[in-house]
Parts: sequence; structure tokens; C-alpha cells
Amino acid sequence: MVLALMLLWQTVMMAQDRFPRPEFESGYEYPEHQLPLQRAVWLEYVDVAVLIAALSVAAWLALKKRSRNGLVWLAVFSLAYFGFYREGCICSVGSVQNVALALFNGNYTIPLTALLFFIIPLVFALLFGRVFCAGVCPLGAIQELTGFSPVKLPRAVESVMAAIPFIYLALTVLFAATGSQFIICRYDPFVGIFRLDAPFTMIVFGILLLLAGIFINRPYCRYLCPYGVLLNLFSRFSWRHLSITPAECTECRLCEDSCPYDVILPPEKAEYAGDTTGSRKRFLIYLVLIPLFTAAGSVIFFNLAPALSKVNPDVKLAMEIREEVETGTEATSLAAVAFKESGSTEEELFTREMDVIKKFRKASPWAGAFLGLALGIGLVSLTIRSSRTGYSPHRGKCYSCGKCFRYCPVQVKKDKI
Amino acid sequence: MKNEKNIYQSRRDFVRKAGRVLVVAPLVAVPLALAKKTTASGYVWQIDPFKCTQCGQCKTHCVKTPSAVKCVHAYVMCGYCDLCGGYLRQGVKTISTGAENQLCPTGAIVRRFVEEPYFEYTIDEDLCDGCGKCVKGCKDFGNGSLYLQINQSLCDNCNECSIARSCPAQAISRVPADMQYIPKEREEGHS
Ligand code: SF4
Ligand code: SF4
Ligand code: SF4
Ligand code: SF4
Repeated sequence: MVLALMLLWQTVMMAQDRFPRPEFESGYEYPEHQLPLQRAVWLEYVDVAVLIAALSVAAWLALKKRSRNGLVWLAVFSLAYFGFYREGCICSVGSVQNVALALFNGNYTIPLTALLFFIIPLVFALLFGRVFCAGVCPLGAIQELTGFSPVKLPRAVESVMAAIPFIYLALTVLFAATGSQFIICRYDPFVGIFRLDAPFTMIVFGILLLLAGIFINRPYCRYLCPYGVLLNLFSRFSWRHLSITPAECTECRLCEDSCPYDVILPPEKAEYAGDTTGSRKRFLIYLVLIPLFTAAGSVIFFNLAPALSKVNPDVKLAMEIREEVETGTEATSLAAVAFKESGSTEEELFTREMDVIKKFRKASPWAGAFLGLALGIGLVSLTIRSSRTGYSPHRGKCYSCGKCFRYCPVQVKKDKI
Repeated sequence: MKNEKNIYQSRRDFVRKAGRVLVVAPLVAVPLALAKKTTASGYVWQIDPFKCTQCGQCKTHCVKTPSAVKCVHAYVMCGYCDLCGGYLRQGVKTISTGAENQLCPTGAIVRRFVEEPYFEYTIDEDLCDGCGKCVKGCKDFGNGSLYLQINQSLCDNCNECSIARSCPAQAISRVPADMQYIPKEREEGHS
């Protein structure tokens, strides 16, 4: 490998040594090279430490201190640190891609910091709910601080839109695992705002989202964020979770409409639930449907594989070159020109293309299966009835933002101690 | 009443516990699976000068303005020519430092007389915007001693370099952080 590289260098050099290297007589010295190094690596571990500290503070503020103001200030801090200072990179949302790439790609080794950024918020979600979203995630924070007057969307719209993150997650993992693209980074609407510098369309998209977010709070979190899907799942099984009321819920209904995301669950009493045979039947039907959906999803995605593989630059280039070979229309894209200059052969390109498509064929059915499974489980969970006393937030969907706290009139009696 | 509640309660507790085990499993499995595939120091993005075709995307596609990509000079390869293909516009009538003669749109290349007949060319990185015009000129007419590199102290080290995504030559890739640059010089250890 090294030898081949040296040989390559040698040949390239030979070709370009048009002029002999001068022999200076005046004692001329070559100037110093300016190749400044990256900021020190240990600073990235400072980021990890800040992440853990911020998550701990968020958990304490949401579960113990029950301070909405505290969470807002934490969001301000996270926005300043992870957003503007670290310029939105490194972020947990994007780390999904590094993990996918590392898991499925032989020669990529994941930076430890990226792995930690992926794992730690999930661990916290499993312990305390989505405290990461409450005040640590910079994307969440910028939306949290700009969401002023929430309006409610119809339930149907809400549940259809809520499916988008699943699709986004499936595609993200698919594209990252095949080494094609990091779509979360590419279409991150706020990173341009953090950097105060981005392509025009992304700035517009970011600002539009923030404007929409004034009324439909946290639009990115609800209808796009792929990491939110994982947090949602982990948070459902959390060990502790924020509660609306500091003590016993008196079912006064004051908090019912307080959640901007409409995720407060009303009490459900078993004895009023009425006839259960209907829902039992539906439960069983949907249960049978799960494997069907899963299979259907994987078949659909298997067939979509060639189309999906077009996001890979090798595949795109190969298509263009093939068209040139077959129809004679000259391939003029920058990539095609660069390819012709590079001296690698068409066969090499086409083998690379086949490799990528093969990878897509292998990976796409899994993405489809995941979507089918998620849909199936979602339907089943609609039919499950439970008994709940008091109002409580939906553990998966609650961002632990604490906006509902001040609606609860129940006080903890001070003289209890 | 109490018993009735308990059925649901215990059922829910069971589901929660089972679910917890189910989600903890991948949480433990992922780091284990990646144990051998983790680096402590990470990566930086860098241009392979031997693949780069100076297409100009480096100037426009970096998330930073001006781009983190800068021209670098491998002095040992340079011919120190009077008629420099990287410094002068093609077909100039007079060889001079006049702005109208310079190839670099920002005037970032500094020409300095060394000794007869040699001239030294250095890059003012504050002015360079990584357009690659000089690199192309040098490659086509000179020794190819000018080349583009991502300046690591300016680069944000994006999770996915946005130039890498659009680089037509696929010249930009992750390199281990202890490498940082891909120097073009022949002589080893000279950087
Ligand atoms: S849902 Fe996603 S974007 Fe929103 S706060 Fe949570 S992790 Fe961040
Ligand atoms: S803490 Fe949860 S339930 Fe309460 S307002 Fe925020 S998201 Fe809604
Ligand atoms: S985008 Fe690629 S080919 Fe174009 S100038 Fe940059 S490194 Fe060179
Ligand atoms: S990694 Fe980001 S900042 Fe660095 S060169 Fe690429 S686009 Fe520019």
C-alpha cells in the first residue's frame, strides 16, 4: 500500500517536473510551511463533560426542582455552547450517522466522542425521560426559546406528520450505512443559523421552521428529528419521569390544555371503559398485521433500492458515464470531467457502482422492515387500554420542557417534614 | 377496586420492565460491537492533492466563508520560475506584479525576487479563498508545486464535509487526526 502510494507519487512527480529545481547561491532557505493543526482533541472531551453535566442539571431541574425557568436558562446555555460556540457540530442527532457508518462499514472507525454523544442522551432518556430535549439539544433549545403561542393541530394531521421522523431515520441509517451521504447534516435547518453562514436555501428553511415554530412549537422535533424516534422509544421505558403535579393529581383538569405538544394523557378508568371485546378483537387483528406490514415494508424497499442508490456519488457518475458510452451524449458534469482526468477505467467505476447497489439491496429491506414494524406496533398500541389515575405526560412524546408545571394548583405541603 | 387496579398496574409494570430490557440490549451491544472500531482521536477532512482537479467547488461549497481550503506551496518542488504558470495569467505580455497580470483573483500570491533568475512565490492565506485557479495553472504549465489543502485550524471539522459531498473527484476524505495534511513534497519529513 505504502509502496504503491510512493510509486504513484513518483510517476506523478515525473510528469510534472517540467522545470529543474533551482540551486540557490545566495543561501536562500525555503520558507516555513504553514500547516496549522486542528484544535486540540482533548477539547472534544470537554464537550462530552459539558454534555453529561448539562444532562444531569436538566434531569434535576425537570424531575426534582421542577423549575421551568431553570430549564429555559439551561436551554439558553446549551444553545450558546453547543449551538453557537461549537457551531452545532458535534451533536447527538447527527451521531446516529456515525454509528450507522461504523456498524456497517468496514473501514470507518468511529471517534469515541461521537459514540459517547450518541449513547449518553439515550442512557439519560432511559433513566429520566427526554431531558436531553428539555434543555441540552441545541436544535431543541433554539425552537424551545422561539415557541411562543402554541396552537393545536388536529390529531389526524399530527399522527400522520409524526410518521416522518421514522422514515427520516430509516433513510438516514440506510444512506449512512452504505457510505453514501449524511442527510441529517446536509438538511440540518439550524446549523446555518449557529454558524451565521450557510447556503441561502438552508437559511430560509431554518428561518421558516422557526417562524412556523412560534405557533406549531418544535416543528423539527415533532416532524423531523430522527434521533427523537430513539429518545421516544427509550423514554417510554424510563425509570423515572417528570410529572405534571408535584404530589397527588386531583384531576382538576387545569393542565389538560397546557402542553404545547398535546401529549398530556387524561385519566382513564378501567371500570368506565365499557365493553372491551371490540378493542380486543382489533388488538388481535393488528397483532397479526405486524408481520405482514414488516414483510410488505421490506419488499417495497427492496424494490426501491436501485432508485435509492442514486444518492451515492459513484452510482450517479456511473449512470452518466454509461449513458455516454451507450448513446454518445457527452458526459459533461464536473464529476464526469474529473473522472476522465483521473485515469481510472470505466470497469473500475462500474464495479464500484455494483458494489454500492449490492449494499443497498442488502440494507434497504431492513429499513423497510423497520418502518413496517413501527407502523404495526403503532397501530397495536392504539388499541391497548390502560388504567391511569390522574393526568400524566406521555412518556415517549413529552420533551420534559416543564411548561405544564405552573398549571397545576397542587402544592407540596411544607409542614410535611 | 384495589385489586382491579393492580392487574393493570402490574401488567404495565411488566411491559415497562420487559421493554427496558429490550432497549438496554442494543444500548449495550452497540458499544461492544464498536469496541474495536473506535478511535480516541478521531478524524479530520483532507484533500488528496493527487486526486484534486481544481474544479473550484472548494471555494464555494465549504460551510465557511471564505472557505477553509487554502492553497499551499510545496517549495521544494517549485522551479522558482520567472514565468510562473500559477502566478501569471495565460498569455500576459509583460511579466510583472501588476494586478491585471495576476491569475489569482484575490491577489493572494506574493512574488519576491530571490536571485537571478529565480522568484519565490508565497501564499497569503488571509486572502486565499481556495478557488484553485493558481493550482490549475501550476499543474498545467509548471511543476505542480501549488496544491489545495484544508487548513485544519480554520476547518470546523463538520461531521460530513460539505465540499467532500460535492467534490467531483472524490478527493476529500477522512484522514486520521494525527495526519491532518497530505503534503505533496517528495522529500519525506519535509513539511
Ligand atoms: S427531538 Fe431531536 S431535535 Fe428535538 S430536542 Fe430532541 S433530540 Fe433535539
Ligand atoms: S413537560 Fe411534557 S407534558 Fe409538560 S408541557 Fe412539556 S412536553 Fe408537555
Ligand atoms: S472540490 Fe475536489 S476537485 Fe474541486 S478543488 Fe476541491 S478538492 Fe479539488
Ligand atoms: S469540513 Fe466543513 S469547514 Fe472543513 S473544509 Fe469541509 S465544509 Fe469546510
